[in-house]
Amino acid sequence: MGDHQCPKLAVWKFASCDGCQLSLLDCEDELLALAGEVSIAHFPEASRAMAPPPYDLSLVEGSITTARDAERIHEVRKHSKTLVTIGACATAGGIQALRNYRDVKEFTSIVYARPDYIDTLATSTAIADHVPVDMELRGCPIDKHQLLELISAVINGRQPNIATHSVCVECKLRGTVCVMVAHGQPCLGPVTQAGCGAICPGCDRGCYGCFGPQDTPNTDSLGKVWLQADRQPDELRRVFHNFNAAAEPFSEAGSKYGQDDHS
Amino acid sequence: MARTITVDCLTRVEGEGALTIRFDGDSVRDVKLRIFEPPRFFEGLLRGRALEEAPDITARICGICPVAYQMSACHALEDAVGIHVGEPLRTLRRLLYCGEWISSHCLHMFMLHAPDFLGYPDAISMAQEHAELVRRGLRMKQVGNAILSTIGGREIHPVNVKVGGFYRVPAAGELKALLPELIRARDAALETMNEFSRLNFPDFERDYEFVALRHPQEYPFCEGRLVSSKGLDIEVHDFERAFQEEQVPHSTALHSVIKGRGAYVCGPLARVNLNFDKLRPLAREAAVSAGFSVPCHNPFRSILARALEVIQVIDEAIEIIESWAPPAYASVQIPHKAAIGFSCTEAPRGILYHRYEVDGDGLIQDANIVPPTSQNQKSIETDLFDIAARLAAMPHEEAVLLAEQTVRNYDPCISCSTHFLKLGIKRE
Ligand code: SF4
Ligand code: SF4
Repeated sequence: MGDHQCPKLAVWKFASCDGCQLSLLDCEDELLALAGEVSIAHFPEASRAMAPPPYDLSLVEGSITTARDAERIHEVRKHSKTLVTIGACATAGGIQALRNYRDVKEFTSIVYARPDYIDTLATSTAIADHVPVDMELRGCPIDKHQLLELISAVINGRQPNIATHSVCVECKLRGTVCVMVAHGQPCLGPVTQAGCGAICPGCDRGCYGCFGPQDTPNTDSLGKVWLQADRQPDELRRVFHNFNAAAEPFSEAGSKYGQDDHS
Repeated sequence: MARTITVDCLTRVEGEGALTIRFDGDSVRDVKLRIFEPPRFFEGLLRGRALEEAPDITARICGICPVAYQMSACHALEDAVGIHVGEPLRTLRRLLYCGEWISSHCLHMFMLHAPDFLGYPDAISMAQEHAELVRRGLRMKQVGNAILSTIGGREIHPVNVKVGGFYRVPAAGELKALLPELIRARDAALETMNEFSRLNFPDFERDYEFVALRHPQEYPFCEGRLVSSKGLDIEVHDFERAFQEEQVPHSTALHSVIKGRGAYVCGPLARVNLNFDKLRPLAREAAVSAGFSVPCHNPFRSILARALEVIQVIDEAIEIIESWAPPAYASVQIPHKAAIGFSCTEAPRGILYHRYEVDGDGLIQDANIVPPTSQNQKSIETDLFDIAARLAAMPHEEAVLLAEQTVRNYDPCISCSTHFLKLGIKRE
């Protein structure tokens, strides 16, 4: 695919739902143009053709949950000039990092007829816990416009323009009335990184934090507002411990409001 | 003569798998579709979560068919607490599902499956000689995505689906804005059906047991009885009595069988075979003029079943939007009580079963999810077994390609199929 002088793009999958890499194929309008600018050298979900390393830009989706993957990510790093993690799984361990709060070993041996067939680690961890990462894109899933901006920035050797402010700013920008103030809806917008376009408030619901913690999240004061509005501590724990459960600010915040172990 | 055909990394499928076929001389000894997609233990993670979170959490099982997970989760939980959302929310759900079927089917037909028939490694290189076809496919896929993002807020993991309905219902104008593209897409879909009917289909048939939902009036989405081409006819809540999951050593996905009978097939080909009479007239006419008739037992022709379903759901989406009048409410109230609920909906790849047990505080105590690809896995292996004699006689490269195509016929979503490995503990 593409020309040989073009920068070589590779897409890698670890534990994930494929949604983030699908965002690339969802760029219907831009896809063929993009294919003219980069050479898609390794993207198994889209192509049988596979070019050998090295790769100029590697997009990494998914988290590390097996011993094999913990080794494989080092191979990927070795062959990649620029490595970018895409999505909550890759940047924060994803929803599957909820296992980090439980005893997976015990669970597996109780439940599987043959647990020895299953290769899995006790935790789901972000890519950056294993290898150096050059840039990251947040979201569960990532936003395809941010993805295109990032690819174009890397190709042209400039810094991508990716906001680090909160979802609240995006609500103001799109003129959406605050769902907390107007409808008393609990919302994680004040502590969540922008990028989605504030689509949950746009659908009359509070943000559930799928883009993970913003730069300087004040989770304590947000927690107070929720509790004052009669939300239960357990609800706060669950909302911090979901798609970015292993991102430090959310992991710590959630643990203040209760125990995850349900066994 | 090929002794072993190995595909280390199956491409143009969703997720991670590999394939090995071993021969003893000319006869096939062993076929293994190995799935090494790491398990993500959703059923375990769901324990202790609020039932209201289930649509958002289970969506993350699959980025290609999140709406299917959201729909199955909502219906099972509503079944548990004894609620029907009723019209017009039910119709809005159908419309959302139409969007997902369009997107998912177009992704598979144009980007994953068609390159096999036309001899390219991928859609992008196919675009060099078949530019019109690829552009048409992308544009059709886009209209599916437009439905998803208009109703759901975004295409992948829509944020607007709720147990009890939606968070917000779209205004009539928002949906009407989709009509011009949908009407174009309907013509494009008819053209696609004709074009694909002229593809070169390998001559291959097997005596499958097809399984799908069947609804008295409609082509099935979220409701109906589970029926098969060999006489199965049960309520959805009897699913676990009729079907059984087995763990196999070479795969992180469980295999599913009909108790006492074995492998079966779900998905577009099964649906079309079992519900041809429920297709809209436009789709039925398109089938006739393209020379597609049921029963169809050739899995390579599943691309035509998908093309037909795309016509079906685009036509239905247009009808829904033309008569859409938003209700004054977006959802119905969901009470909390200890209960158990079941559902089966038709994901793009076939029946997707969910069962939940919830407690009086609305917390999930137990969950069971059976996705379509795990149900089809045994049939994929059997197809490979049957086609292997032919593979043995082929040059290696060609044999590998045909073996891969045999797998891709099912549009297998490997990401989905592993996520139902149970982490949950059976509570006595
Ligand atoms: S971050 Fe979310 S959308 Fe992306 S791969 Fe993970 S689960 Fe899927
Ligand atoms: S509003 Fe929050 S939960 Fe919703 S999409 Fe944006 S970041 Fe994700």
